[in-house]
Amino acid sequence: MKYLNHLHLKFDALSINEGFARSAVAAFCVGLSPTLDDITDIKTAVSEAVTNCVVHAYPNGFGKIEIFVGLGKDFVDIEIKDNGVGIEDLEQARQPFFTTKPTEERAGMGFTVMESFMNDLKLSHNQSGGLKVFMTKKLQPKNLMASKTQNG
Amino acid sequence: MQVNAKTLNDTLYISLVGELDENSAGFVRENLDRDFSNTFCKQVILDLSNLSFMDSTGIGVLIGRYKKLKEKNIPIFLSNPSNHIDKILKMTAIYEIMPKLN
Ligand SMILES: Nc1ncnc2c1ncn2[C@@H]1O[C@H](COP(=O)(O)OP(=O)(O)OP(=O)(O)O)[C@@H](O)[C@H]1O
Ligand SMILES: [Mg+2]
Repeated sequence: MKYLNHLHLKFDALSINEGFARSAVAAFCVGLSPTLDDITDIKTAVSEAVTNCVVHAYPNGFGKIEIFVGLGKDFVDIEIKDNGVGIEDLEQARQPFFTTKPTEERAGMGFTVMESFMNDLKLSHNQSGGLKVFMTKKLQPKNLMASKTQNG
Repeated sequence: MQVNAKTLNDTLYISLVGELDENSAGFVRENLDRDFSNTFCKQVILDLSNLSFMDSTGIGVLIGRYKKLKEKNIPIFLSNPSNHIDKILKMTAIYEIMPKLN
């Protein structure tokens, strides 16, 4: 088994669910005793991907978001997907400052933030044509403080 | 989410309290724009010390407010972001248009 523990969430693509989604994923990861920095990085990356589903995937306003989280010994895999309109040019979409909604005060930095807060970011087309975002976070070695005290 | 404003001398101080994401962005925009149009300040200082979360939606909100204030020649400064928000602000070069106060 690749994962020690596994979470699957499915919910409406509404902005009101963003806080729930990032907090739920963060809470699930707590089992691995991550550092506060790692938790905040994960929260932010999840928020970016979920926001994108809410803002871009469903122009008519209705749809679902699915999240899978897999916990390894010292890493977290997170997959976030929608069944929306998808992205034609994935390479272009992840360029810093690229946005298709400049008039709606979007910075075009979502994928850049995910990339820099996580250790790996892969974008692909969901079978339905929507977007699939796969991210990995390697957790910092834990109990650093404890072992320091132990060793004197 | 809370947007708390007070004017002192010629400065409008605004403190953002809570989590700034797509869900709260509309509220924050409206409140900031109303505070901006109601004052005769010479500068704006946004206090981020009680902003517990922000993602790239917040960057869009900040740049949008910068543009509105620029039309009136009012500079805006940022103060006391958390480490994680500081990282996002640096990544997007926001401090070049809204300098960080120390
Ligand atoms: N789930 C999605 N479905 C369809 N298109 C998407 C999706 N996610 C992202 N995109 C497209 O990729 C572009 C870049 O996304 P990114 O998150 O980097 O920037 P943004 O969302 O436009 O702005 P910001 O995240 O800074 O508010 C978007 O403008 C949009 O065109
Ligand atoms: Mg985005």
